[in-house]
Amino acid sequence: MTVERESTSTSVVDPGPTWGEYYRQMSLIRAFELRAAEMYQRAKIGGYCHLNLGEEATVVGLMAALEPRDYLFTTYREHGYALARGLEPGPVMAELFGKTTGVSGGRGGSMHLFDRKVRLLGGYGIVGGQIPPATGAALALTYRGEPGPNAEAVMCLLGDGTTNIGAFHESLNLAALWHLPIVYVIVNNGLGMGTPVDRSAAEPDLYKRGCSYRITGERVDGDDVIAVRDAANAALTRARAEREPGLLETVSNRLRGHSVVDPAKYRSKQEAERLRALDPVHAVRARLIAEQVLDEDTARRIDEEAEARVDAAVAFADASPDPDPATLFQHAYATAVPNAPHRLPADPVVPVPELLP
Amino acid sequence: MTVMTYRQALHDTLRAELQRDESVILLGEEIGVFEGSYKITAGLLTEFGPARVRDTPIAEEGFVGAAIGAAMLGMRPVVEIMTINFSLLAIDQLVNHAAKMHAMFGGQVSVPLVIRTPGGGGQQLAATHSQNLEVWYAHVPGMKVVAPATPADAKALLTAAIRDDDPVLFLENLALYNTKGEVPDTEQLGRIGSAAVVRPGRDLTVVSYSRGVVIALEVANQLERDGVSIEVVDLRSLRPLDRETVCASVRKSSRAVVLEDDWLSFGVGAEIAATVQEGAFDYLDAPVRRVAAAEIPLPYAKPLERAALPSAADLIRVIGELLDATRFTHAEGGS
Repeated sequence: MTVERESTSTSVVDPGPTWGEYYRQMSLIRAFELRAAEMYQRAKIGGYCHLNLGEEATVVGLMAALEPRDYLFTTYREHGYALARGLEPGPVMAELFGKTTGVSGGRGGSMHLFDRKVRLLGGYGIVGGQIPPATGAALALTYRGEPGPNAEAVMCLLGDGTTNIGAFHESLNLAALWHLPIVYVIVNNGLGMGTPVDRSAAEPDLYKRGCSYRITGERVDGDDVIAVRDAANAALTRARAEREPGLLETVSNRLRGHSVVDPAKYRSKQEAERLRALDPVHAVRARLIAEQVLDEDTARRIDEEAEARVDAAVAFADASPDPDPATLFQHAYATAVPNAPHRLPADPVVPVPELLP
Repeated sequence: MTVMTYRQALHDTLRAELQRDESVILLGEEIGVFEGSYKITAGLLTEFGPARVRDTPIAEEGFVGAAIGAAMLGMRPVVEIMTINFSLLAIDQLVNHAAKMHAMFGGQVSVPLVIRTPGGGGQQLAATHSQNLEVWYAHVPGMKVVAPATPADAKALLTAAIRDDDPVLFLENLALYNTKGEVPDTEQLGRIGSAAVVRPGRDLTVVSYSRGVVIALEVANQLERDGVSIEVVDLRSLRPLDRETVCASVRKSSRAVVLEDDWLSFGVGAEIAATVQEGAFDYLDAPVRRVAAAEIPLPYAKPLERAALPSAADLIRVIGELLDATRFTHAEGGS
């Protein structure tokens, strides 16, 4: 199924430095994700690994709207967001490799990237698990300061399939009742794993699902980086100034399977070809060259630079130390308490007493 | 010292912490205008206002998760879940999220959250409203679970829970709210993770927590008159579990009974019995016995409910059986 993409705004290519930067980020995410897939096949990366391939314009548009003072909660498909939020590719790749230099110290992996300084408050591996905490982060902001153009806000990402879970609806209700500065972004790539939106949502116009909570919903073409940025900006502005939560739906395509190991056999050959033709990175690149914002040489240089940064990220991750098993319990609790269990699988539960004489 | 109810101790502690620290907020169903289903929060809305004493809609997953997010940004939310049975609506947020975040995100964030919730049966609330699900949370690394039995411990452990930077499930019990005890007037900061010998004895150790401790003390006093000296260990904290205090007691008494309101299988008693056989095997005169609820969805009708829940009579019977099996004589203890 093809999801409607009617957008509330259309973009014009402005020849300023912005476009070059947006393309640079898209190119970096593309290079990073293709390399992550390769590293997964080479068993450098374990567990699950979900890629942003096809979502690059959405990622860059959303992150362009988010200010450094804002907080971001994401799904488990979040490598690109971490990069666009300003994290270096090295520590992100190192997290995928499970190294001490990873953004979460190697304890989280692909689905659980976290970085306090850029206010990335987590990738979340449980579908929709991030939505109530993101809502609560917005609640915390209401105790910190007054609404206004410079207020902090929260952006909470979720997938199309997530709009069917209870936590989504409970959270939207709370955000509207309590007037919280939060923007929920439904990144609609048309499929929840292999299930199309219209087979899982009784209201497949997902941006309308805020109606019950009187939350304004908007849908934008997720392949249009400027439209995404501007729509996110508008919603964030309302969240900051009026403490009105927003709901934004971006529509893009997932160019590959649900995760690296999914061959996406539920898609026809024709569908796969159609999606390849819509590839947003290629489209933006071609458009920028056609409209003479970038020339071919500059675009190639940007792509090469992205490859070089990813090369360096892999080298960094490879050279980084594995966590020492002696640090297993390092973050067991934030507040130390007596009798916290620090036993390994074959250890006794209590010191074995000496035998009675 | 002031003699007060368990309910009053909880109320006064919440009030003191709200006064002490602006980042403390209360959330829950009916805690404000209604003053709490069990009136623990009576008067606090009037004193602290609706931003700090926040009524929530009926949406446990939503408001527990929101409390987690607020805690991530430095607030200290104290959530009341009307009964522990309803916590199951929020278990994904507690187990998959609150309990994981500090470790999984490499120590970059903590979740200073308290979930206050009463468990237990005996009020003819039938199967869905009478459960003891604290072991579900005690099973999970990253959680802390405390279960005070007395008003003094309620004060000390609630204070500690609110000031702790980890998610703490604070177990209350419907049958304890009106019990009375002496409570120190000064600030008390309890030690999460430590048990207490609340009654010393020679002949047999009864291990329990929450309401069970009250029953164990009654039984101990009664059996004292028959010349049996019972030591009572109040676990107070289920995670972390103070295994050493239990083992030390059993090494002295050589006999152990666990009393729990919960169902027997996979419960606290099972954990204690396994701990004792490992930490005090050579000191035991007989296998550890467990007194626990019958394993059936708890019926409404009073005679059935009474039959299913552990009572003082059940504990006395099991203690008697254990003493008989070990040929206990009153002279045994000597002294």
